[in-house]
Amino acid sequence: MLLIGCTGIETPFVESEPSPNSPSGLAVSTPQTQTLTVFAATSLTEAFSELGAKFQTANPSVTVRFNFAGSQTLQAQIEGGAPADLFASANQANMDALVSAGLVDPKAPRILLTNKLILVVPQSNPAQVASLNDLARPGLKLVLADETVPAGKYARQILDNASNDPTYGKEFASTVLANIVSNETDVKQVVAKVQLGEADAGIVYVSDSIAAPDLKTVSIPPDLNVTAKYYIAPVSGSKNTEFAKNFVEYVLSEEGQAVLQKWGFSPIQ
Amino acid sequence: MNQNKAAGFRRFHDLEASWIFIIPSFVLLALFVLPLVALILRSANPHFVQDAFSEQALQALTLSLVTSSITVVIAAAFGTPLAYVLSRWRSKHRAWLEILLDLPIVLPPSVAGLALLLAFGRNGLLGSQLELAGLHLPFTSAAVVLAQTFVAAPLFVRSARVGFSHVDREVVEAARVEGANLWQLFIEIMVPLAGRALISGAMITWMRALGEFGATILFAGNLQGVTQTIPMAIYLGFESNLGVAMVLSVMLIMISVFVLAVTKRLENNTY
Repeated sequence: MLLIGCTGIETPFVESEPSPNSPSGLAVSTPQTQTLTVFAATSLTEAFSELGAKFQTANPSVTVRFNFAGSQTLQAQIEGGAPADLFASANQANMDALVSAGLVDPKAPRILLTNKLILVVPQSNPAQVASLNDLARPGLKLVLADETVPAGKYARQILDNASNDPTYGKEFASTVLANIVSNETDVKQVVAKVQLGEADAGIVYVSDSIAAPDLKTVSIPPDLNVTAKYYIAPVSGSKNTEFAKNFVEYVLSEEGQAVLQKWGFSPIQ
Repeated sequence: MNQNKAAGFRRFHDLEASWIFIIPSFVLLALFVLPLVALILRSANPHFVQDAFSEQALQALTLSLVTSSITVVIAAAFGTPLAYVLSRWRSKHRAWLEILLDLPIVLPPSVAGLALLLAFGRNGLLGSQLELAGLHLPFTSAAVVLAQTFVAAPLFVRSARVGFSHVDREVVEAARVEGANLWQLFIEIMVPLAGRALISGAMITWMRALGEFGATILFAGNLQGVTQTIPMAIYLGFESNLGVAMVLSVMLIMISVFVLAVTKRLENNTY
């Protein structure tokens, strides 16, 4: 059984820099510091880490701790009783599922930001991908997020939108889907496979392409692109309701939104 | 009178002392037993058969069984000679080779996966040469076998090495005196006498290969029917189709119990 247990899947807890007032620099809960646990979609990694650090500087008695993973993984973890104070989901479905399960107050979810999708290719562009159409080329190695992952759902929606467009033809989606060589468990894995040059192309969020500037991007026609709506809400049963509320207000504030836009996310409207 | 008192005293202490052993044992056993029981109980639902024969489950099962079997064959074919060399090689550098061979066992699987990708990936160390030869490894079933071999074969080599080194010196000497050459020594003396160690090594290798996840998902990727093994289907199924995940988990547990029982019998017969 030992041997079967040797699988290395970790959901890393990312600690923001400890606040300057924290005595030893270690992020432990002392009477002076409280920990705010935020479960956030992987695509929010860079932006939320920065927001967390800024929030901590402004509120020295709080340490913000992140768990970044695919929204579907986070939903399953929260349903399983994982201790989260806040949940930031890359789509509405995962948030709604928690509302149905009674783990999030129905009135609580608020739109955090919008995100669009984009095609990414390795720097050297080995398959010479120049447009969305090229994805249908036989033999092309395409990597997408799994269809259970929000990014994967959005990507497939774009392909379906294209199939309804006469320029691409009805078979477009199925031809492209046949080129998939791997369905990744979150969108950053797609980025990684393209960065390593293993995949010829991937469909990721615009924010991911900003966070990985070494990737070449190919834009998706605006009429086919989808707008991903991210939602944020406190999780029921959390003991840090005050700080959770403050953090939500902070990311929705002008300053918070400016940071998000810096990382490639689009404003709420 | 004094004897009775002494006996009673001792019995009282025995009873008391035994709890020091029983309670911690119970706690640890509970940790192992409860999750397994929970899994088996939850999976015993009306959808069990339907999930067990679903396309995703069957494809994952087939792929896992085929790739892990191939892994065992490769491990045995290449690992037996290696273990033999190791057991006969008298050199102070032998320890370093043994450390190198034990490394994949203790390395986190994700590290193994990353290393394989950097070596055999399209832009990897050997990858570009392989591409020229027309061999594309990542995202193929062959990559699954390679990943499994990397993490599981060292277990076979270890078991075989121990088995060979336990072959009685005197038997080997006697065979040498009789004029046996290296090949005859290997085929007619070492392999039969170390047979049980080889078989139990093969079984452990098979189990490790069946359970491999981290290296596989990084190096081979995840595509149903091509690279989606049982552990991967469980991990993804956990979020989309809990029924399939549970069925596959139970199947894996049953296979494990069977293999471990057989291995135990072999081990008991050896020593």
